[in-house]
Amino acid sequence: MSAVISTADSDRLQPSSAEDAEPAVVSLRGAVAAVGGRPVLRGVDLTVRPGEVVALLGANGSGKSTTVKSVIGSVPLEQGRLELFGRPLRKFRAWHRIGYVPQRTTAAGGVPATVREVVSTGRLPQHGLLPFRRKDRAAVDRALTAVGMQDRAGDGVANLSGGQHQRVLIARALVGVPDLLIMDEPMAGVDVDSQQVLADILRTEVERGCAVLLVLHELGPLEPLIDRAVVLRDGCVAHDGPPPRGVGQHALPGHDHVHPHADDHHHRTTQGLLA
Amino acid sequence: MIEMFQPDFMQRAFLAAVLVGITAPSVGIYLVQRRQALMGDGIGHVALTGVGLGFLFQANPIWMAVLVCVLGAIVMELVRARGNQRGDIALAMLFYGGMAGGKLLVSMSSQAGSGSLESYLWGSILTVSPGDLAVIGALAAVVVAVTAGLRRQLFAVCQDEEFARVTGLPVRVLNLLLAVMAAVTVTVAMRVVGLLLVSALMVVPVAAAQQLTRSFAATQAAAVAVGVTAALLGVGTSYQADLPSGPTIVILAILAFALFSAVAAPLARRRHRITAEHGPAVCDVALPEQDGKEPAAQAPASASGETLSSRGLAQ
Repeated sequence: MSAVISTADSDRLQPSSAEDAEPAVVSLRGAVAAVGGRPVLRGVDLTVRPGEVVALLGANGSGKSTTVKSVIGSVPLEQGRLELFGRPLRKFRAWHRIGYVPQRTTAAGGVPATVREVVSTGRLPQHGLLPFRRKDRAAVDRALTAVGMQDRAGDGVANLSGGQHQRVLIARALVGVPDLLIMDEPMAGVDVDSQQVLADILRTEVERGCAVLLVLHELGPLEPLIDRAVVLRDGCVAHDGPPPRGVGQHALPGHDHVHPHADDHHHRTTQGLLA
Repeated sequence: MIEMFQPDFMQRAFLAAVLVGITAPSVGIYLVQRRQALMGDGIGHVALTGVGLGFLFQANPIWMAVLVCVLGAIVMELVRARGNQRGDIALAMLFYGGMAGGKLLVSMSSQAGSGSLESYLWGSILTVSPGDLAVIGALAAVVVAVTAGLRRQLFAVCQDEEFARVTGLPVRVLNLLLAVMAAVTVTVAMRVVGLLLVSALMVVPVAAAQQLTRSFAATQAAAVAVGVTAALLGVGTSYQADLPSGPTIVILAILAFALFSAVAAPLARRRHRITAEHGPAVCDVALPEQDGKEPAAQAPASASGETLSSRGLAQ
């Protein structure tokens, strides 16, 4: 059902889709960006092809979140080039093709809002200035059902647990049936059961052909879904290829250790990666 | 009782009160949602310079205040959007400069009666002229049209600005629009509650309403209802008891807040009982000794697992 809608959408917006090579969904070249005057990205290349699942890994402060924020245009690039669905960011208008799941913050708005109201904002690219119609409501219902939050639709978002709140943010991104999902640390602060639920939701989206760009701290239950891993270190790409398999989070390149012997061990791990 | 609706000036006063009761919470709810509840207060300070300019150039103080408030609100929005760490200092300069400039300009003008300035600081609803009422009505219509017509867009921007940007909304334009609407509301409400209490009518009805509501739409409706009721009762009371209208309206709104807060706690408990009916009333699962203090055993397994493992993940 949803897959049908998505193909219809992309056909409508891309009359030239008969072209042989479909453009990359995300194409970031030589990205240099600073946050608060501090250089964070020093020339990052990142490509996500249609239907591909790419994990962005790296230690805290390596530039994962900044990379994602520059992909959605909220951190401006000082140098480099960004294309979304084959169009430069400046000319990109097809925002309805992107579903964004920001890093979950506990800060709710100053006014109560229900799950349904928050998820409905994900439908804005579709209805724009027109009134919210029955098909929009149906899309919201579908997204809520997909994440298993239909029975909580009328509840306030402020009263949800971490895992439930994350599902709401994912439903908000899915409600427009996107061709690219961008998720910033979707597993942070989510318990193991909910992580499995999120992995299942993501699998469904990937199976209908949605590309995914994920910021992750560890691969966890998403590991089988991931086609490619891009590891960042100090604002540079340290690895771009198959995900580092069969290793725990602690062996992950650039993993930020908090143990007392961190410095020494950390150093050796990253050395190994470069070799 | 009836005779207070007879005089023309009272009819105008009630009409102005209704207009303010509708517009102030309509804009205020977005400011509260964005945790900028005191922005209206800042605009009120800046408005004083507009009033002073109006006095100095013998122009209509309302239009001058609209002009200066809009400029001030745009500057405030630009400061906020830049996320500058020194932003609050910049805002303080704007607020106090506006206040001091207003007083200086008024004292420089020929018609310098301190009484007339007083009427803008604290409001003087009984002196609202038919011309004032027309201006207030037109501005209120614009504010209501924008805040109701763009409520989904404004809600999205105030709820999660970054997400709103990814939906392709013109976030900057909407933010500026909201700032301009706040500025216009301040000038609409200036004659009724006064510049010093303008912000109260934008914030207090919203705060009162959300004691009882769970959704944004219900909060919006209830806040407008509280605003209109407080404004009407306030004007009536101030006529009967010979009290200043602005402070009376604000105190009534605060009473509504206190009343709703008192009702909210038992109401929430009842709601909670209804939703908790499905689970066991008390924990009836025996836990291993070591984590006996974990609040497990509530009905769904996922909910109980959450506290355990999220604590583990947090390290």
